[in-house]
Amino acid sequence: MAGQPIRKPTRLEPWQDAGQTPYVRIEKVTKTFGDFVAVDEVSLSIYRNEFFALLGGSGSGKTTLLRMLAGFEQPTEGKIFIDGVDMAGIPPYERPVNMMFQSYALFPHMTVEQNVAFGLKQDGVAKAEIRDRVAEMLGMVQLSAFGKRRPHQLSGGQRQRVALARSLVKRPKLLLLDEPLGALDKKLRERTQFELVNIQEKLGVTFIVVTHDQEEAMTMSSRIAVMNHGVIAQVGTPTEIYEYPHTRFVAEFIGSINMFDGRVVSTEGDQVIVASEDAGCELLIAHATPAPAGSPVSVAIRPEKIALSKDPVADGDGRNRTTGIVREIAYLGDVSIYLVQLPTGKTVRVTAPNVTRRTEMPITWEDEVTLTWRPFAGVVLTQ
Amino acid sequence: MRTVVSVLVSGLSRIGLWGRGVVVAVPYLWLMLFFLVPFLIVFGISFSESIIAQPPYSSLVEWLTDEDAGTSKLQILLNISNYFRLGGDDLYILAYLNSLKIAAVTTLLCLAIGYPMAYAIAKADPARRGPLMMLVILPFWTSFLIRIYAWIGILKGNGVISNLLEWAGITSGPVEILYSDWAVYIGMTYCYLPFMVLPLYSTLEKMDPSLLEAAADLGSRPFRSFLQITLPLSLPGIVAGSLLVFIPAVGEFVTPELLGGPDTLMIGRVLWNEFFANRDWPVASAVAIALLLVLVVPIMIFQHVQGKQAEAGR
Repeated sequence: MAGQPIRKPTRLEPWQDAGQTPYVRIEKVTKTFGDFVAVDEVSLSIYRNEFFALLGGSGSGKTTLLRMLAGFEQPTEGKIFIDGVDMAGIPPYERPVNMMFQSYALFPHMTVEQNVAFGLKQDGVAKAEIRDRVAEMLGMVQLSAFGKRRPHQLSGGQRQRVALARSLVKRPKLLLLDEPLGALDKKLRERTQFELVNIQEKLGVTFIVVTHDQEEAMTMSSRIAVMNHGVIAQVGTPTEIYEYPHTRFVAEFIGSINMFDGRVVSTEGDQVIVASEDAGCELLIAHATPAPAGSPVSVAIRPEKIALSKDPVADGDGRNRTTGIVREIAYLGDVSIYLVQLPTGKTVRVTAPNVTRRTEMPITWEDEVTLTWRPFAGVVLTQ
Repeated sequence: MRTVVSVLVSGLSRIGLWGRGVVVAVPYLWLMLFFLVPFLIVFGISFSESIIAQPPYSSLVEWLTDEDAGTSKLQILLNISNYFRLGGDDLYILAYLNSLKIAAVTTLLCLAIGYPMAYAIAKADPARRGPLMMLVILPFWTSFLIRIYAWIGILKGNGVISNLLEWAGITSGPVEILYSDWAVYIGMTYCYLPFMVLPLYSTLEKMDPSLLEAAADLGSRPFRSFLQITLPLSLPGIVAGSLLVFIPAVGEFVTPELLGGPDTLMIGRVLWNEFFANRDWPVASAVAIALLLVLVVPIMIFQHVQGKQAEAGR
């Protein structure tokens, strides 16, 4: 599902290194608006040069958290440290942070150049230096020819790049981005994702980006914090979040997934065997967190990790294997999605790459198929 | 009958006159009838001569017949001396200048008081904005004249202000503010304040609050943000409010008549005197036309320039 990770595999994993001090430390931060708890005792550590995503639906508290980092909101409780300095009571204009707004918030009465120069002008930077740095920034976002235009004379993508240039011109150590690609169309969004990552790597700035688009978060970030109802559900690399979700919420929020409810039969080392009426077979899960026998669990299996076959496979012990009838097929070009109904009534979603041409496709509607998956495919979820 | 109507409608719609045309034509007709025609009548009177008759001015156009010669001719007499009188007499020039001065001071006072008001209302809790705006408009629910008379009670010697000052020990006797230029400024600022607040409020309220956040984020302190963002973006409101106050203030008659002293010279009073005291309608008309030119021409130039700027900005 999610786009191929464009971030080169790096060994830069400061959160694994106990000797590293986090650049941003959020300690038990709570924010309430009247009775509504927008952010609920959130603690996070974000390190230098990270591309950190706050991912969640609307009302999950991700934007409120970002606005507290920028200084537009004060935490009701808890503390925020940026570069070791307690941010309590420090107004936005004194924070070493810049923000790119969702609406871009470009000043309509100023030209592109004036917009980008605004931050430098506030700091009393010399005129010649302002001119050079603005020109450099506009060059970086490929808008050199548009410096004299007003924001309303630009396209959405161009405005987005002006906003980016304006927020980067002061060379902040930390850049906050609120839905930076939200207003762009799909093609432009994909291209801009690459650009953002390249800029972030080139400038060595720490990015914290708020997004509701899981694909965007997966593609760009070094780590993702999934937020739900003001609480952080899970923090991890895109792979960890996708392959090892801790909760049902995370598993279902990121990509699509099949959930089988059942009870633990036995645990041997890190192998767990679950009996599931949903699946109609016993499930063997390798590398699972041990759970006491008899406890109710859910087993989550990604659609692309299930294999479809028209031939009944008759080897093994009958675990991780079930049969069903193909009810729906959605042809997406590169892959097809099959909805397979099990005799138990449960519908299982399977995606398979279209290795052969569609005309030669062996599986069609109402075929009886066998579903198999390997022990590493499933994840045991206790909550 | 029906077919006649339908033929008419389809014919008119073919030349694009029906529907939209009618909608536009009605207000234009209204303006023609009640603005352009009276203007032309006044404009005509300003070229006539004052006579003792009913109406008290000569006709511009006369049809003369010479019975002896058996000829007749159409005679149009344009008397431009009324306009020369305006230029020749200090009274008119002083009155014009004084009117412009009083209107300008009133506009500045309205702006100085109205801008913070509009700003505060626009920044208030959305639920409170309605009631606060209501309070601004509320004075319109009573007669303008009654409100001016109320100010007489406040401003006169032994009036509210005078008594308060005496009671506080600041002055030792009645203070007469009434019948001075100050009373006119107070009264006119009071009257025209809502005309300043309304357009200012509507531009300030429309302003995207994230612009100020962006300015703060880029290192601008609140007061600098106001100067760099809020003020330039509210310029259209300032211009609209100032015109709404300045234009009627120049021709104001009632407030200076009731609150001003005998030496408060304003063109509205001069106009009134010419019309009703001197019964010199031609000169009064010339005063009115000159007032219109004094006001309209700069405003039109100003709006023309502004329109061009807006177009260039677009």
